[in-house]
Amino acid sequence: MSTTDYRKREQSITVSTEPAGQGQHHELMTLNMGPHHPATHGVLRLITTLEGEVVRDIKPIIGYVHTGIEKTCEQKSYWKVIPCVERMDYLSYYFNAMAFCGAVETLLGVEVPPRAQYLRVIHLELNRLMSHLVWLGTSALDLGAVSMFWYCFRERETILDLFEMSSGQRMHTRYFQVGGVFEDIPPGFARKLKQFLDDMPTRADQYADLLEKNEIVLARLRGTGMVDHDTLLGLGVTGPLLRAAGNPWDLRKAAPYSSYDHFDFKIPVGTVGDNYDRYRVRHAELYESTKIASQALEGLPEGPFITTDRKIALPPRHELATSMEALIHHFKLVTEGFRVPPGEAYYPIEGPRGELGCFVRADGSAKPARVHMRDPSFSNLQALAPMVKDAYIADLIATLAMLDPILGGIDR
Amino acid sequence: MPDATGLELIAQELRDADAASVLDTVFQRGRAVLIVDAGRVHGVLATLQEKGYGFLASLHGVDYYPDEPRLGVLYELLDMDTVDRITVKARVHTDSPRIASVCDLWPGANHPEREVYDMFGVIFEGHADLRRILMPEDFEGFPQRRDYPIGGEPVLFTFNEETNYGKWQ
Repeated sequence: MSTTDYRKREQSITVSTEPAGQGQHHELMTLNMGPHHPATHGVLRLITTLEGEVVRDIKPIIGYVHTGIEKTCEQKSYWKVIPCVERMDYLSYYFNAMAFCGAVETLLGVEVPPRAQYLRVIHLELNRLMSHLVWLGTSALDLGAVSMFWYCFRERETILDLFEMSSGQRMHTRYFQVGGVFEDIPPGFARKLKQFLDDMPTRADQYADLLEKNEIVLARLRGTGMVDHDTLLGLGVTGPLLRAAGNPWDLRKAAPYSSYDHFDFKIPVGTVGDNYDRYRVRHAELYESTKIASQALEGLPEGPFITTDRKIALPPRHELATSMEALIHHFKLVTEGFRVPPGEAYYPIEGPRGELGCFVRADGSAKPARVHMRDPSFSNLQALAPMVKDAYIADLIATLAMLDPILGGIDR
Repeated sequence: MPDATGLELIAQELRDADAASVLDTVFQRGRAVLIVDAGRVHGVLATLQEKGYGFLASLHGVDYYPDEPRLGVLYELLDMDTVDRITVKARVHTDSPRIASVCDLWPGANHPEREVYDMFGVIFEGHADLRRILMPEDFEGFPQRRDYPIGGEPVLFTFNEETNYGKWQ
């Protein structure tokens, strides 16, 4: 059958002009989605009220993966908290560790050496790339583009290999420590990273070629899930969702931390704030993150990779054999940990999904008295109801995919 | 962050409007905190919102056990034009932990307030839908309070835990 035949048949279908759900039969139906549903990106449960195929109301029910990490953190010494908080938002583990370490460093007043700051930036931006790749792959899967998943996970695999090279772990790496990073990058890491960063823009071009000329993807993204900018701000939405609505708010530019002011990068913004803009903003961030990581790798300064303050950071291994003092410090740090002077700190950073803030209250002991994560997914989820109200249930799936919630971060 | 002087100016301005509103100010490690009377939190936040601190970045609960009043509710406000942060803190007693909801000022306070209620038992008056959010709805107690013990939740396999082969402690 030729294309023209197909088009003819397509045009012969008459679509009712009556808006859906507005016909003679007005009946609301409550439909439960999840918590075990592949399109909810985790264990999110949505109670939807439908009129025909139109969503009239939606209530998210969360807490299915609540594991009490914040409570657990109160029982652990500061350096043992890092692996706990990393498991909150399981796609942005470097960011969780960064927010927590930043808060503790603020309380301690410790200076992070420049090399450690650059190494942190490299890993943060690789993590952002990795998180966006998982988002792009799974979201495209929700829209029916199965092949995207494999391409995105191919690049993600390379990033995880790099993480494994620098820290020994693919996920939840415990690489960031209070005062710096755990180890210097190994020989060969820079070459492998450079190769990846050189390839990445081409790969991102390929994703765009696959998706942006696809009529189905465009039809499902354009003009759906639109919410105006003021509503988003009132709901506490940050990150790519807010930038898609035209607000260039990015903490890396607005309040630079960890030497982000040394790098040249742009903040992609959208125009109308529909799902297509959200896709475009995150896709453009792939290029920007690659740029930042390349600059950090090129300008990587020499020097220590962790603070030389022996009261906070472990002494180098070789010193233990020769220095009694180093041995005592090592023993104290491993058994009790370091003490933090009493106080409170809130340290916000720009995560892949928005403002990720860590609140730490220290009471003078070696364990935090309160750790709280302001997780962007938790706030962003509140914007789902205004986004999908009076939209089709098929658009709900697309909107949820473009919202990019991570349930590990929401439930903590 | 406003500097120490800026914080005092804001506090003075709030005191001029309502003498009993600001109890104290703390400026520590570049963080500006206004300690506010729990009954006047809503008014103070509304004033700050008009002054430009238009974004509620975070809302969290803290248990200051054993200090009284034990429970603290912290509002992290952000001025997006001047990139200025200020923290408003209110303390409430555990025997009557009540504070006004700010959902009318920021609709986004809905989930965080439910979380503070869930974890600390602070009742936000005027909240439209104050239910547990992370814990199961039939859960008893407020797990993030400092005197709430860790562990000891009975599960399916608790009944023969003592005789279990894997028992090690």
